[in-house]
Amino acid sequence: MSERKIRVLVAKPGLDGHDRGAKVVARALRDAGMEVIYTGLRQTPEMVAEAALQEDVDAVGLSILSGAHMALVPRVVDLLKANGQEHVKVFVGGIIPDEDVPRLAEIGVVGVYGPGTITEDIINDIRRAVQGTTLE
Amino acid sequence: MNNAPPPEGRSLASAVLGGDRLALARLLTQIENDAPAGMLVLGELFPHTGKAHLVGVTGAPGTGKSSLVNQLALHYRRPPDGKAPQRVAILAVDPSSPFTGGAILGDRVRMRDLAGDPGVFIRSMAARGSLGGLAPATAGLAQVFDAAGFDLILIETVGAGQAEVDIARLAHTTLVVEAPGLGDDIQAIKAGILEIADILVVNKADRPGVDNTERALRNMLQLAHPAPRIFQHHGRLEVAAAPAAATVEESLWETPVLRSVAIEGAGVAEVAEAIARHRLHLEQTGGWERRERARLQAELEARLRQELLERWRESTPSTQYDEILERLVARRISPGQAVSELIDGG
Repeated sequence: MSERKIRVLVAKPGLDGHDRGAKVVARALRDAGMEVIYTGLRQTPEMVAEAALQEDVDAVGLSILSGAHMALVPRVVDLLKANGQEHVKVFVGGIIPDEDVPRLAEIGVVGVYGPGTITEDIINDIRRAVQGTTLE
Repeated sequence: MNNAPPPEGRSLASAVLGGDRLALARLLTQIENDAPAGMLVLGELFPHTGKAHLVGVTGAPGTGKSSLVNQLALHYRRPPDGKAPQRVAILAVDPSSPFTGGAILGDRVRMRDLAGDPGVFIRSMAARGSLGGLAPATAGLAQVFDAAGFDLILIETVGAGQAEVDIARLAHTTLVVEAPGLGDDIQAIKAGILEIADILVVNKADRPGVDNTERALRNMLQLAHPAPRIFQHHGRLEVAAAPAAATVEESLWETPVLRSVAIEGAGVAEVAEAIARHRLHLEQTGGWERRERARLQAELEARLRQELLERWRESTPSTQYDEILERLVARRISPGQAVSELIDGG
């Protein structure tokens, strides 16, 4: 009755219109038994953080293919913190140059996934990151 | 699961009453997961409920329910007549996968216009195995929004077909959304979803076939709710009893059929006006109280059933239960006899 479902927000901040990857990931997470809130294209960081708050998610997945990740991701992370949601795990997928990965990890991003990622890895990483932090 | 209230248990209720959105979101999760701590907080909040207007929006998949909800919320936030904006909560239910229990909740995609407005709170819910078009905890979440001071709670069901009518038991006002080209007129005369409509909306009314759809719906309504016959009998005004023992409230409400093009906002003001008119109608005919009473009684009985079953299970040796189940499976006793033996000891 009181089974705790993992809730994940999958969002596409920024202006690129390529949502294929985000949809594939959303579907994979659903098939792994998670509840995925999908917000669609062209979200501002403010919209992402607001949705994460209203939906009380455990994790946020950001899909960015525009190259604007170093502007968008830190902004989302900051807004989550400002809203009292520092416990929410942030994942990033898309075209992210190798040299940016450590910088994203530094600000608390739990996983960065490029083309060719096996969805199973994302699923396992989310499960591991969420477990023990929000179970109640 | 820990049964004691969390240390912040007391303050969670006051935080929600005070408008703390993070506290509200956390409480919604607790209620959705049926966590004992959340149920305690709901107990504290319950005296603050009973003010919000619960409006259900149902209809087949692809008729435009999310877009209509989006536009209605915008309308309530920016009333064209210069009235004060109302606070709007949205509960959007989408189906869970019967195989994995997972879900994709995509109703927010059509509600991006509402972003950044502190007077709006959108929460997506997975149906979690429930088949009636709502989730098991939808009523509980609506109560939390009600206590938190939202004036209108728009509840969007799973894309429903012909039998998912739970929303009519939960909401004060039920909108059924149709669209041209989704089915022939035999679909319209089947029982079920159209009968629960307080307001019928033909959305996507810019599409061909809209006249046919509207005509089919109007014909169906005439069959389902023959016009009330009010006549003078020895000088007294009498209302002829409708076939299905309908109340005065129901027999005197004429279900409007309205057209809209939700993505453009066309016809939305008329839908909102009909919703307000239905509320007034319920208040004037005693229907508001009657619906509240029926809903609370249904919830009381559902909880009672669950609690009694659990207590009975605890008090009954599982060996006895297993033994009777085996005889039932072997078809030596019927399900009815099995119950008699379990309850009365045969």
